[in-house]
Amino acid sequence: MTTAIHPDTIKSLILKGIPDAAVTVHCYSGDDHFEVVVISAAFTGKTRVAQHKMVYAALGDNMRAAIHALALKTSALRTSATQEIRT
Amino acid sequence: MSDTILKQIDDVVKGNAIVLFMKGTPQMPQCGFSQQVTAILASYGVPYTAINVLLDPSVRQGIKDYADWPTIPQLYIHGEFIGGCDIVNEMHASGELKELIAPLQTNVHPA
Repeated sequence: MTTAIHPDTIKSLILKGIPDAAVTVHCYSGDDHFEVVVISAAFTGKTRVAQHKMVYAALGDNMRAAIHALALKTSALRTSATQEIRT
Repeated sequence: MSDTILKQIDDVVKGNAIVLFMKGTPQMPQCGFSQQVTAILASYGVPYTAINVLLDPSVRQGIKDYADWPTIPQLYIHGEFIGGCDIVNEMHASGELKELIAPLQTNVHPA
């Protein structure tokens, strides 16, 4: 029904939509549950909802098909919490 | 997407202080993300309206179109879309959610 999507594909799709972003993608269950952290100056001054919508827009139809679950964290700044995940 | 569904969703969202569109019910969530949000809301002890999207495919799709948001759960407070599970978790941790909900906690509901 759905085809698996590679974490690298998710990363490149997000980078296509938000070129300056620092993106980390982890697969945490099966091949369709992902944990994604996106840090970008493009998020500055935007609400969390707007930030997440930018990421969803970059992923396009994949959000409805290949990605079953996406735990998403966005940030305009590199905080200690996000740096931890970026290792 | 029929306008009727979007209108019905809008009525529910605007007509209730806190509305959660979720998979399953607060008593029996059918998804880990929905479960997380019900647990957070329970910790504030406020009443809220829960809509189980699994009961109606048109609502399940309709709520995604309504918020222009691809995932469920979705939390609304005073008619405003707050976010999905990740955002609710962040706002719970940061204290922002408490600020939003605190005024609603002072409403005493007689037994």
